[in-house]
Amino acid sequence: MDLSNRKKMYLWAYAFISAPILGFVLFALIPICFSVYVSFTKYSGYQAPEMSGADNYVRLLAEDPLFWKTLRNTVYSALSIPFGMALSLAIAVSLNQKIAAIRFFRTAFFLPTISSVVAMTLLWKWIFNAEYGLLNNFLGWFGIVGPAWLSSETWAMPAMIIQGVWGGLGFSMVMYLAALQGVPRSLYEAAEIDGANVWQRFVRITIPSISPTTLYLLITSIIGAMQDFPRFQIMTEGGPNYSTTTIVYYLFQNAFRYMEMGYASAMAWMLGILLMVITLINFRLSRRWVHYE
Amino acid sequence: MSGAAVVVRHTRKQASERILKTVAYLFLISGSLVMAVPFLWMLSTSLKEEGVIFEMPPKWIPEPFEWSNYAFVLGEANLLHGFMNTLIIVIPTTIIGLFTSALAAYAFARIQFPARNTLFVMLLATMMIPGVVTMIPTFILYKSIGWIDSWLPLMVPGMFGAAAAVFFIRQFFMTIPSELEDAAIMDGLNPLQIFIKIMLPLSKPALVAQGIFGFLGGYNDFLGPLIYINSPEKFTLQLVLASFQGMYNAQWTYIMAGSVLALIPTVLLFFFAQRYFVEGVTLTGMKG
Repeated sequence: MDLSNRKKMYLWAYAFISAPILGFVLFALIPICFSVYVSFTKYSGYQAPEMSGADNYVRLLAEDPLFWKTLRNTVYSALSIPFGMALSLAIAVSLNQKIAAIRFFRTAFFLPTISSVVAMTLLWKWIFNAEYGLLNNFLGWFGIVGPAWLSSETWAMPAMIIQGVWGGLGFSMVMYLAALQGVPRSLYEAAEIDGANVWQRFVRITIPSISPTTLYLLITSIIGAMQDFPRFQIMTEGGPNYSTTTIVYYLFQNAFRYMEMGYASAMAWMLGILLMVITLINFRLSRRWVHYE
Repeated sequence: MSGAAVVVRHTRKQASERILKTVAYLFLISGSLVMAVPFLWMLSTSLKEEGVIFEMPPKWIPEPFEWSNYAFVLGEANLLHGFMNTLIIVIPTTIIGLFTSALAAYAFARIQFPARNTLFVMLLATMMIPGVVTMIPTFILYKSIGWIDSWLPLMVPGMFGAAAAVFFIRQFFMTIPSELEDAAIMDGLNPLQIFIKIMLPLSKPALVAQGIFGFLGGYNDFLGPLIYINSPEKFTLQLVLASFQGMYNAQWTYIMAGSVLALIPTVLLFFFAQRYFVEGVTLTGMKG
């Protein structure tokens, strides 16, 4: 290709990528820079930001017990991740066999994933109802008197975890199913000849072979769980006594209810840094258990 | 190994496989029941009379069927209006965003140009930054240009394309053989013509899958409208649905009828496009 032709190609390429790059600058880069700045100011969103140094960060770390409580709540809510991943792997392994009605099963498990958070949360709000709810009615069959799930400080978060696991199964199931289909049959056949039983084959072949997907799910689920809150807002509004206020919900309230944009921005950055650290640690640890072909 | 030993081993293997399959079926059937029961209850409640919904043990088949719940939700409660608003927002945003993403994906996959990799990595980096970090400044930005309480914040950014979509479609373009393009270049087609006449038709499955994901994301979005929309007449479907909680306190028949209606489009979409979903996911799996 001669020079003028090559330059022409460059122009085409830059024209083609211009929209997402412009979008990146306008809707990511500028807001990120501004967010750093605002986190060091007192800013209500109405008057101009007022420099306040590290005040927001000091308040966050030293003077606001609710910050720590909501952080703990968020970590607690993330318990749904190991349960959800183990369950979805079990479902995916079951579905990976030659099974009848596979479309039906796949749809059943995927249904919550394509449903809106709003509809699903409203539905579960009723399921958890102490007197008229489906869950306590079901527990009653076994002679168990269920708790007042959502209005109990002890049980509200476990309820949110149950709802979270139920709602998240479909996505990880599909990812695992895709990964399982990529495991070479020959590995299983070789192990079988060596006399490995089903469990040994699962632990020695299946789990290592799909470990990249496990890592991917782990990282995206942690990031998702740390940022989760619309369903908390609809189901419990963070209560009772802040027991289900997640950190992002607390941040959201600070920003849009109390109009403390500066303080909320500092909180967003603390969370952002925390997420980056967790992701980094995850990647580091993953070297020991993730196997790439 | 004697012939008899092989036979024994063979039948034992068959037996253990049968047991495994039975366990798998039991697990899947009970699991899918747990998944489906809430939806069935939702459907059942949506067709009940207000007075009987708290009856315990619950009656699964309502009598009589109270279709008026649906009429109310669609009519007076403005769900249909919210639905139209959502479509007006989501359809053009998804289509235009898909086009701009695919265009960029084509350049990143096929054209050599300076800083290509740097720009691509930069774009991908936006996927890593937690959304909460930019939530507040983005709100302030839109407020300063007067976009609050309008649909623009829900539409315009999406039309610029999305990093995840660029990445996804690029992976697909990489697998299309370049001989097709070479022939087109010989024929004197320019890159835009190649993109439209060759790349787009060949990548239909990826585009459809990505388009469905985009549509579902917009259709089910709650946080965006919650932050930016205040006027009830501009509410999206999800906002209308959430507002039922307050407006018709404890009127679960309406809430459930609304939820059923909101689900119908996505369930239909999933049912008919299941192939694209699953293939699409496999495609981007961890092999990329």
